[in-house]
Amino acid sequence: MATITSTMAGNLWKVLKNVGDTVEAGEEVAILESMKMEIPIEAESAGVVKQVQKNEGEFVNEGDVLFEIE
Amino acid sequence: MFKKVLIANRGEIACRIIRTCKEMGIITVAVYSDADATSLHVKIADEAYHIGGSAAKDSYLNDQKIIEVAKESGAEAIHPGYGFLSENAEFSRLCKENDLVFVGPRPETIEAMGDKISAREKMEAAGVPVLPGNHSVASADEAVEIAATIGYPLMVKAAAGGGGIGMELVTNDDQLRKAYSSNQRRAKNYFGSGNLYLEKALLNPRHIEIQVIADSFGDAIHLGERDCSIQRRHQKVIEEAPAPALGDDVREAMRQAALKAVTSLQYVNAGTLEFLYEEGQFYFLEMNTRLQVEHPVTEAITGVDLVKEQLTVASGKRLSVRQEEVTFTGHSIECRVYAEDPVTFFPSPGTLSNVLFPRDVRVDHSIETGTEVTPFYDPMIAKVIVHDLDRQKAIEKMKQTLLNTSIEGIKTNIPFLRRVLDQPDFINENMNTNFVQKHKETILQ
Repeated sequence: MATITSTMAGNLWKVLKNVGDTVEAGEEVAILESMKMEIPIEAESAGVVKQVQKNEGEFVNEGDVLFEIE
Repeated sequence: MFKKVLIANRGEIACRIIRTCKEMGIITVAVYSDADATSLHVKIADEAYHIGGSAAKDSYLNDQKIIEVAKESGAEAIHPGYGFLSENAEFSRLCKENDLVFVGPRPETIEAMGDKISAREKMEAAGVPVLPGNHSVASADEAVEIAATIGYPLMVKAAAGGGGIGMELVTNDDQLRKAYSSNQRRAKNYFGSGNLYLEKALLNPRHIEIQVIADSFGDAIHLGERDCSIQRRHQKVIEEAPAPALGDDVREAMRQAALKAVTSLQYVNAGTLEFLYEEGQFYFLEMNTRLQVEHPVTEAITGVDLVKEQLTVASGKRLSVRQEEVTFTGHSIECRVYAEDPVTFFPSPGTLSNVLFPRDVRVDHSIETGTEVTPFYDPMIAKVIVHDLDRQKAIEKMKQTLLNTSIEGIKTNIPFLRRVLDQPDFINENMNTNFVQKHKETILQ
């Protein structure tokens, strides 16, 4: 089981993947809004989304797990 | 003059406004969000009121709450600073309805200039040069049709836009279609209106703007120009006054065009006419109906305190300076210090350590060791302003100042600023708004 974590603190603006979706390495999986800027969050490795840990609109800290993938 | 003023803002600009208020003997009221409870502007104000949650919409954009606090505190006027409610006509109206003075222009003026399409029309009618363009486009298909008549390159822009958000340069139909849909979404998200328009794009323009201020007696003055060509992500990073490498005839023509605009709008309070300049020609870009981030460079070379004049005019008095009394001395440069990666420009929130600024120059900021830079607001954390006899000396002073500035604990753009100041094209007054892109190999290393 691998995880995709937030690269910085901010508001989780868009969650682009749901449970069961496949992700490619380097693919955008979520968009964070921090300091008035949209920050894309990318998957480091490929896999299938097992769990989405955060909801759109939620505040996330740096290092928070956003997705669990397999 | 007012006895008590509420500052509906945060960060460096709140601190800067409080400073002038104190000099004028005005009691200051700060407002703050959860995230800003221990901020400098809260500490230095005479009174401070908590107005809500950390997200801007829950606090600094909460117009009702701010009005409520203003009345409770007994403030007579509200200074909105820049950003947040500063260009919100509804808020300015709400102030009036509650017998509070909004330190800024009339709501009708804010409205007319806030919609970029209506602003273009008004300026064109007043005889201010505008870029060829179309007043609005209803669909991507229509945009492509219109593009054929104006010709590429084009700028896609949000009618309600600002701060570089919702605008994009396009050079063909494909790009235009993509830019249309992405910017419509973004504009709707940020400004509540997805209205877009097209404007002919200049390839290597400079950004030059004129500072104006007018009183309610119909007297208006300009305070010269600023060059703000050094930008990243369509946002200014380094500004200077006066604008270098500009012929006196063009300089004067821009100043007169700005005054023409002010007269035609029956403008009151401080404002800035932004122009794009290329090959001897200038074109109206937009008017900012508020105090600008970069106003200190104008203050440096004119000796005029813009916040003081704003408060004077807002209290119903005449401007304390006449046009013939405005003089321009030396050269001033401002560097905006952002909490961001100096290469990718991605924000870098966090806790600051070892914050140290040189004492012999003006630094407008609201940070100290231990300050937490939160992800909720703009990444600008300080403005370093130098003033010297000429441009070359000012550049040298800025380089020295940045060298002696310390901000640790997060990433800042100070390395980026220093690389820009070292560029021969910057030193030789050869800048335009594509400067960073053009020199990315050396600046973004």
